[in-house]
Amino acid sequence: MSKVLAVLEQREGALRKVSSEVVTGARRLADGLAGRVDALVLAAGSVQGIDQLGGFGADTVLTLTNDAFGRDAPEACTRVIADRAKAGGYRAVVFAASATGRDLAPRVAARLGVALAQDVTDVAVEGGAVTVIHPVYAGKALLKLKLTATPAIVSLRPNVFTPVQRPKAGSAETVAVPAPTGRVVVTAIKPATAGTLDVAEAPIVISGGRGLKEPANFKVLEELAAAFGGRAAVGASRAVVDAGWRPHADQVGQTGKTVSPTLYIAVGISGAIQHLAGMRTSKVIVAINKDKDAPIFKVADYGVVGDLFEVVPRLTEEIRKLHG
Amino acid sequence: MKIAVCIKRVPDSETRVKIASDGKSLDEAGVKFILNPYDEFAVEEALRRKEQAGAGEVVIVSVGPAAAQETIRTALAMGADRGVLLQTDTIPADGLEIARALAAEVRDSGYDLILFGKMAIDDYNHQVGPMVAELLDLPCVTAIAHLEIGGGKGTAEREIEGGVEIVDFPLPAVLTAEKGLNEPRYPALKGIMAAKKKPLEVKPASLGAGGLEVLALTPPPQRKEGRVVGEGPAAVLELLRLLREEAKVL
Ligand SMILES: Cc1cc2nc3c(=O)[nH]c(=O)nc-3n(C[C@H](O)[C@H](O)[C@H](O)COP(=O)(O)OP(=O)(O)OC[C@H]3O[C@@H](n4cnc5c(N)ncnc54)[C@H](O)[C@@H]3O)c2cc1C
Ligand SMILES: Nc1ncnc2c1ncn2[C@@H]1O[C@H](COP(=O)(O)O)[C@@H](O)[C@H]1O
Repeated sequence: MSKVLAVLEQREGALRKVSSEVVTGARRLADGLAGRVDALVLAAGSVQGIDQLGGFGADTVLTLTNDAFGRDAPEACTRVIADRAKAGGYRAVVFAASATGRDLAPRVAARLGVALAQDVTDVAVEGGAVTVIHPVYAGKALLKLKLTATPAIVSLRPNVFTPVQRPKAGSAETVAVPAPTGRVVVTAIKPATAGTLDVAEAPIVISGGRGLKEPANFKVLEELAAAFGGRAAVGASRAVVDAGWRPHADQVGQTGKTVSPTLYIAVGISGAIQHLAGMRTSKVIVAINKDKDAPIFKVADYGVVGDLFEVVPRLTEEIRKLHG
Repeated sequence: MKIAVCIKRVPDSETRVKIASDGKSLDEAGVKFILNPYDEFAVEEALRRKEQAGAGEVVIVSVGPAAAQETIRTALAMGADRGVLLQTDTIPADGLEIARALAAEVRDSGYDLILFGKMAIDDYNHQVGPMVAELLDLPCVTAIAHLEIGGGKGTAEREIEGGVEIVDFPLPAVLTAEKGLNEPRYPALKGIMAAKKKPLEVKPASLGAGGLEVLALTPPPQRKEGRVVGEGPAAVLELLRLLREEAKVL
């Protein structure tokens, strides 16, 4: 039987949201191959939320534990995953195109000597072969690729593969394993401002541009984000990142992050092609800009022409009422 | 400090993408090509490391068409010492093929660092750097935004979702550059003149077909023509109604 390996991510013992997306993508491939999905997670100990994965289509869930997996350990993880992929005779291996997955997938592919389709927005099985869609040229074109080697290795763009619930429970197992010592060691993690969601993963992203006029005015967007009750992150255009108003981690666009939230709200952002590169796959785009001819309105599903300092506070007030 | 920097010639990000008649590639007519912006950070970092060490060599390596010589010259004009072009008319879609060619070129040449961009802005692959590291069995840190080197070791910072990792590694190592690592210098006229005389070796690249077959290159689906809901704060209620009832995202 064809088997698909879904490589999950955890942080500090909690499964990351992309993991259910990875299982969903892997399931789609397994269905096309009439096969099964084995989910794999590497962690320091037991992982919270792992029992949900059967519901997204994993037939088995294996947790491999070692103290080394408490933080990113790229070399050890590469070896453990590549060995599994090989020994298990997998037809496909699915990663998330997150900071961790984007780093790990090429290493595993090179170790196995096979091609990788990175950061894909769709996967399918056609005539027995794995095919993918991968956005190129800053999202201005879509490349459709066929993976001809086995295993087919893919990484999935976060937030694109909407998890689908299935009425099925997978079996779960936890095994302690030895980990090869790595030369690359993560000695510390500096958390971003406590409690803030990362723009690459938030279901709602509210981004501000030069129209905000000065850094302190981002408070207006932070209040709107807060009104969404912890589901929204505040992003930024490059213009304001380069000006030092916001950290680079918040930048959306070609030289920043690629985001695909359910709702993207662009505030005081003109909509330059390099900004669009990072957010055009958002499900719904709202633009608030005082210039009715701003290019952002061409990609926005809904636009409001007006002064953001009048429109956004009003929006915040109404969202608060909704969630109140 | 002997450093190799792998660079790619890519279409400028302002390029209007026109698909060639084969339906599988970019129509390059009228396209302006540039040095991949992330590779510019890598070149700059290499030059700073060499300057800091007070001695060494910065070698630029690229796989690409004959025209990539110009791209290499751009890096030489910034201050790199010499270039190597592994020439090919077509670049395979499979990044592992590029990685293999680059790994073969830089292997056993005594490099302390092999630098890459975190991704090429045409293929968005984020893969060639870490693949080369794996092929050469070298330590590797990807997408670094800060770097310190000293005493045969390095410390880098890389952004992950919701934080920054501090990563220690020994040299020699492979690193890929994220924006913010540095501010690349502009080549000065003197540098441009000097670059013309710097050595640039051109030899054929040996590339396999790879494991990715391009089936099609297509324009992205047009986003449904958007609409302006209204003007000013008065439009907010209608916006919310649409988000709730039509888009169903609230
Ligand atoms: C190689 C390269 C890479 C790049 N990468 C990125 C990237 O990753 N991300 C990115 O964002 N950009 C990127 N850029 C830059 C990009 O080209 C634009 O310069 C940038 O996106 C503009 O930022 P902005 O929209 O905030 O500013 P502007 O273009 O200055 O737009 C400000 C907007 O605010 C509106 N405005 C002003 N006041 C108000 C108000 N009171 N109420 C409502 N609206 C108001 C204006 O009408 C205007 O449309 C890149 C450029 C290059 C060359
Ligand atoms: N054809 C190439 N020649 C030399 N270096 C390359 C080439 N393609 C990619 N690279 C390097 O690998 C990095 C990542 O590219 P990619 O994996 O294609 O996104 C680039 O920033 C370059 O440093």
